[in-house]
Amino acid sequence: MAGNVWVLAEQWRGQLSDITYEVLALGKEVATALGVDLQAVLLGHEIKDLARSLGEANSVLYLDHTALATPVPETFAHALTFAIRARRPHVVLIPLTNVNWELGALLAAELEVGYVNACKDVRSEGGKLETRSLLYGGKMEAIVNPGQSPAILGILPGVRPTDQGRADAMPPVEELTVDLLETSSIRWKRYLEVEAGDIDISKQEVLVSVGRGIQSRDNVALAEDLAGALGGAVCGSRPVIDQGWLPLSRQVGKSGVVVKPKLYVAAGISGAPEHVEGMKNSDLIVAVNSDPQAPIFNVAHYGINADVMDVLPTLTEAVHSRKEVKKHAA
Amino acid sequence: MKIIVLLKMVPDVVEELELAADGKALDTEFLRMIANEFDNHALEEALLLKEKYSGTVTVVALDAPEVDDALFTALAKGADQALKITDGDGTLGTRAGAYRLAQTLSSVPGLLPADLILTGAQAIDDLDGLTAPLVSHLLGLPQLAIVTKISVDTTAGVATVLREFPGGVRGEYEVKLPAVLGIQAAEKPPRYVPVAKVRAAMKSQAIQSVPAATAADGGVGLLPVEEMSKPEVTEHAQMLKGSPEEIANQLCEILAARGLL
Ligand SMILES: Cc1cc2nc3c(=O)[nH]c(=O)nc-3n(C[C@H](O)[C@H](O)[C@H](O)COP(=O)(O)OP(=O)(O)OC[C@H]3O[C@@H](n4cnc5c(N)ncnc54)[C@H](O)[C@@H]3O)c2cc1C
Ligand SMILES: Nc1ncnc2c1ncn2[C@@H]1O[C@H](COP(=O)(O)O)[C@@H](O)[C@H]1O
Repeated sequence: MAGNVWVLAEQWRGQLSDITYEVLALGKEVATALGVDLQAVLLGHEIKDLARSLGEANSVLYLDHTALATPVPETFAHALTFAIRARRPHVVLIPLTNVNWELGALLAAELEVGYVNACKDVRSEGGKLETRSLLYGGKMEAIVNPGQSPAILGILPGVRPTDQGRADAMPPVEELTVDLLETSSIRWKRYLEVEAGDIDISKQEVLVSVGRGIQSRDNVALAEDLAGALGGAVCGSRPVIDQGWLPLSRQVGKSGVVVKPKLYVAAGISGAPEHVEGMKNSDLIVAVNSDPQAPIFNVAHYGINADVMDVLPTLTEAVHSRKEVKKHAA
Repeated sequence: MKIIVLLKMVPDVVEELELAADGKALDTEFLRMIANEFDNHALEEALLLKEKYSGTVTVVALDAPEVDDALFTALAKGADQALKITDGDGTLGTRAGAYRLAQTLSSVPGLLPADLILTGAQAIDDLDGLTAPLVSHLLGLPQLAIVTKISVDTTAGVATVLREFPGGVRGEYEVKLPAVLGIQAAEKPPRYVPVAKVRAAMKSQAIQSVPAATAADGGVGLLPVEEMSKPEVTEHAQMLKGSPEEIANQLCEILAARGLL
């Protein structure tokens, strides 16, 4: 009898993340195809109550330990390795967020098996698994058939709709007792919150977002002009924030903010998976990029294959004159 | 402080990527190889730490196309030593690479222990793992892999490290040295070095070639790619065409129709 399909139920600061449900929905499909159960695995301290929200799973296994109260990746890896050795699941699906970024690799190292990272889909046919991963900033896709058990798979956000993984059922819950030593070589100290005071980009209806293609701090003004004309705000991708051209509070993506405005203009952004997960649900996405192959065009509704330096000022101008016309007509 | 930076050559994804004939990898003939973006951040962080606490920075790379350029650039930026690990067997998934790196680092006299081994948070070209966790596991060292800030108490032998979490939140940890840290972003953007300085480094400094240590046991858990392809496009953007003014007007129409203007 093959082992079950496990989904690591990601909880961060005592809350289940949305991606947990997305991965549960995927896990259900894989478990059904393999003819095994779907189990959610919950690690943490005083987190048992979260199990009641994991109804999509056939059952929930949880490990509660004081050492799991703080996010030390190695401690989580030790706990999960222990659970895997005890229960021998066939597939372990790990939500690939920066909460458990290192977890899959650490598990694979401890268990001496492979790890397939950045999966955008997992399918099973005739008992075999097939994974599809995004590589090269989203420009390529690779198919891997992990033949080993357990197959440790890191799953990208958005594999299935969040709602598909929510169910009202109250699954049976079981505790697995684990002996854990707090590692002496890494000590958790505290969270540093984002500096307050700046605008909250998750509340804006219009966002003009700039990426590395904007090329200099001075050029960010071009985006500010357009945002001003449209009554929105400016945000950006990671390189723009790392360069110090915009504050951290304006970063969209995996390590930044998830936004869902009515309009998202992506200017000079390639569309790497870590960025896309933060903006793909925007109502209307317009991308400007000089590379016709940029992955952002697979996410955007409208695309402009041109230089941002030309497009932004022209567009700002057009918006202004349109508003003028409207004012006069009124 | 003794710092080792692991540097990997990857294709520049701004260029067009073509598939090899077997459909399992990229066609390397036309690829432009550059140092992985996050590795430049790792090198920058190492150089900043060296400036602050003094010490040495050694850059280590597995042999790859254009790797000499990247290593000389690192020397020109201020690294003290550059090692190139040769005789790889060509099948370098992350796992095999991590084994080879860890074994070879241990085999070079005087290289370990180092206080810090810095890697990039991620390389864009492979999917079977992450080098920082693997190397740390193989060397028995603590690790954190999406780090944005390091400060060191050299007498106590500990580093205070910031690691990223969602929403711009960061976690602060105290890590005992030696440790392996994956760098997401250096505290300052990676420094620029003029070509003339790189040329000067090529004349005055040398890259040390080091043979890979014994046949790496990297086969364990190595998962081969069955097929590679450009992502199937389910929905592609509708492309707006014409002069910049025409495009701007079309877009204004679209926005107006949605009540956004
Ligand atoms: C753990 C982790 C977390 C991460 N979190 C985030 C995150 O929260 N947010 C985020 O954004 N990234 C994040 N990243 C980084 C992500 O992987 C990418 O590196 C990043 O999104 C790339 O940003 P970019 O598109 O601006 O730059 P690039 O990928 O360099 O793209 C620049 C684009 O601009 C185009 N361009 C250049 N010049 C012009 C021009 N003149 N006119 C028009 N177009 C032009 C190019 O064709 C290219 O497509 C994370 C990575 C990791 C490993
Ligand atoms: N072949 C290699 N040579 C040197 N460093 C490497 C190599 N492969 C990976 N690394 C380091 O490990 C980091 C993460 O790579 P990866 O595990 O491939 O995502 C890279 O950013 C490098 O710092």
